Amino acid sequence: MNLVLISLILLLGFSSYYFGRKKATIIQSSQRLTALPKFYGYYLAIWCAAPALIIFSLWSVFEPTIVKNFILADYLDQNLTKNELQLIYTKVKALALGTYTGDINNFLDNSAGKYIQIKNMANNAKIVIVLAALILSLSYAYQSIKKNNRMREPVEIFLKWVLFTASLAAVLVTIGIVFSLLFEAIRFFQSVRIFDFIFGTHWYPAKTFVRDGQPDPELMKDAFGAVPLFAGTFFIAFIAMCVAIPVGLLSGIYLAEYATRKVRKYAKPIIEILAGIPTVVYGFFAALTVGPFVKEIGNSLGLEVSSESALAAGAVMGVMIIPFISSLSDDVISAVPQNLRDGSYAMGATKSETIKKVIFPAALPGIVGSILLAVSRAVGETMIVVMASGLAANLTANPLESTSTITAQIVVILIGDQQFGDPKTQAAFALGISLFVVTLFLNVIALTVVKKYREKYE
Amino acid sequence: MNEAKRKLLNKRYRAEANFKLFGQIAIGLALLFLAVFMYKIFSKGYTAFQKTWIVTEVHYDKELMLIETDNPSLEDLENADYYEIAYKAMTRLDPSLPEEDDRQLIQMVAFTYEQEVKNHLLKNPSLLGKIVPIRLTASDDLDQVHKGNYPRDIPEEDRRVNDYQLKIYDMLNERGDILSKFNLSFFTNPDSREAELAGIASSFMGTVFSILVCLAFSFPIAVLAAIYLEEFAPKNKFTDFIEVNINNLAAVPSIVFGLLGLGVLLAVFNLPRSTPLVGGITLSLMTLPTIIIAARASLKAVPPSIREAALAMGASNMQTTMHHTVPLSMPGTLSGTIIGLAQALGETAPLILIGMVAFVNTIPGTPVDPAASLPVQIYIWSESAERGFVEKVSACIMVLLGFLILMNLAAQIIRHKFERKWN
Repeated sequence: MNLVLISLILLLGFSSYYFGRKKATIIQSSQRLTALPKFYGYYLAIWCAAPALIIFSLWSVFEPTIVKNFILADYLDQNLTKNELQLIYTKVKALALGTYTGDINNFLDNSAGKYIQIKNMANNAKIVIVLAALILSLSYAYQSIKKNNRMREPVEIFLKWVLFTASLAAVLVTIGIVFSLLFEAIRFFQSVRIFDFIFGTHWYPAKTFVRDGQPDPELMKDAFGAVPLFAGTFFIAFIAMCVAIPVGLLSGIYLAEYATRKVRKYAKPIIEILAGIPTVVYGFFAALTVGPFVKEIGNSLGLEVSSESALAAGAVMGVMIIPFISSLSDDVISAVPQNLRDGSYAMGATKSETIKKVIFPAALPGIVGSILLAVSRAVGETMIVVMASGLAANLTANPLESTSTITAQIVVILIGDQQFGDPKTQAAFALGISLFVVTLFLNVIALTVVKKYREKYE
Repeated sequence: MNEAKRKLLNKRYRAEANFKLFGQIAIGLALLFLAVFMYKIFSKGYTAFQKTWIVTEVHYDKELMLIETDNPSLEDLENADYYEIAYKAMTRLDPSLPEEDDRQLIQMVAFTYEQEVKNHLLKNPSLLGKIVPIRLTASDDLDQVHKGNYPRDIPEEDRRVNDYQLKIYDMLNERGDILSKFNLSFFTNPDSREAELAGIASSFMGTVFSILVCLAFSFPIAVLAAIYLEEFAPKNKFTDFIEVNINNLAAVPSIVFGLLGLGVLLAVFNLPRSTPLVGGITLSLMTLPTIIIAARASLKAVPPSIREAALAMGASNMQTTMHHTVPLSMPGTLSGTIIGLAQALGETAPLILIGMVAFVNTIPGTPVDPAASLPVQIYIWSESAERGFVEKVSACIMVLLGFLILMNLAAQIIRHKFERKWN
């Protein structure tokens, strides 16, 4: 139904382009026009389709809420809670669509009848209003095609607005992220105190599962302490950085300062392949190869190693991050002005002394920025941890035990069917917002540092 | 030059050599990781492209198939009973086996053996009443034994293939009745709980649909946004805000986009769960900043002289942009788009959150059918305990990496072939 309407609008829009152009060419045959004929076509097409489409989408967005209010108005006098009202509405809808299988009472039946009636009315009204808007605006636009109208400007202004709207998409996505996370997180913090979440040391959400009714508030208090997850996240990120910083930084320095043009040409893209491999592949590698390998070595040294260890996950994550650090620090070091190097060489310093004492300090802000970006990447990494580091949230500093992270717990909680309104699901969103805040913080600092650094030398 | 100075100089030279060596070691380590990684995946995965069959004989006996007419139509064959003859085809391998142990033989082939016997007849109805050789898909355990991935020397009770089955296998192998051919069904079968039947067709189609949806949503919006920001946006606080926003969005962890998809697309807009449509939209939100940044960079690379020339000929700003700047920037934008899509192709976590991790044993035909995607398939299979799935995962990884390499190559080719160099 909606599809037909949209296709009709678009079809009319396209055809009105030709009408507009035709009218313009007719005028053109006798008089000079102030714009190319095609702009008259565009003008007409825009006026034909745009208002109708805008009304159509607004209507589609608001219709469900309005219909719902109409239906539930009958139930308002019964003092029902929000959830019960929602349930009733779902039942009414299912009944109207013929997919309802539960008990049917008179009241529900009436409501379903009303629902169908309102829905039909709304549909008819939508078609009439949209088409009326289309015809009105089209006839207005057709009338205004005259020889002295400058048609290019309105078309270009419209295009500019389209461009502007598109650029708002990024802002919309951010708003969407913040609100969807906040909305669920706030509901979570209504049942679990924010203090218990941030400072609690036991993470065991499965404990709160109760088949019917509300979970015990005492249990809730002790099940959602996120400290083990925060600690695990930074612990694994730390292990990853222990691998990535030395290897990445030294390769970056070597590529920027020592490598011949040919080595650089081949080595750099090959190292960057490491960043292009999907993380799930790393996860598989960590779980199947690195994990057992670490365990074997540990056992031969007489150590107790779990087959899903933080070390395996962290080390593989470190390998994944190497190219971030090496490429960024390569760029940053290459950007250090040549005269700093020349000055140092002129004083008799060797190449490595120049690098350590002159170039590295000069490039330090940029390098720190790249490391921070890499940390934020490590903190947000999901699949490696899910597959290689186990899912039990241990509060431990032993790299040979299994630990869990914020991201891994989000996956664990949400992997099956989710029940919105369940504190477990909401807890995932609370974890999500803490992750978002931490990575945003790291990124903002990193970007500012790098920007400041660039300004210094450019 | 006195002794002390010479010593100092030598020390400095040594330090220089050491430092250079460290750099080389670091590069070597990074390359070594990559090599070990590739070797492990390929050495585990290449066997998955071979499939093992057991050859036996089947007697299409009309009586056992409960066919009563003399000239059975295709429909009669369709409805006939194949249990008995398929069973006989398997037990024929070792007639001396007591009847109560028949299961041991049946376990050596995939559980679809009855269907395979049936399909063979439906393809050649003339075989009815004859005794013909037929090849049946071997069970995944036997398949692994044949490929040498399954240790035979561990105690019998720890093995999924017992001594008797190994004996039969050896006998068949000696007779040449174990076939090993290219595994087409890995590419044409949907997912299955049985490793020997599992294929990537369903997840592959899921990936294709998600990427197409992702492209359809992200490319137009991102290019329009980039044009606005680069060519028309006034320099003010709001434009700066949009810019900061895009840069930060590019660094938001992918799992947060999964939460967004779950909390907004599924919960608010009620889009169908587990479908490539939702997956593609979620991925498009993620690729949006990547494409915007790439498109802006390539718009910026178009020299101002082009714009000035167009403006001098009387073109409006919009005409200059749309007729000259944007077409010239397209190669860079397109290669950036492909790289963004390649990133999206490998994403797993957001798709898991929106439910594309469900077990799907049909091949999706539209973007609104439930589906998995290749990376999610890797995750699902790597969580299964059966040994047969290990090679499947590795093979699936090889297919995925193959696609990534192709996409990156395409991006490189577009960049080098079509991009104009301005001097």
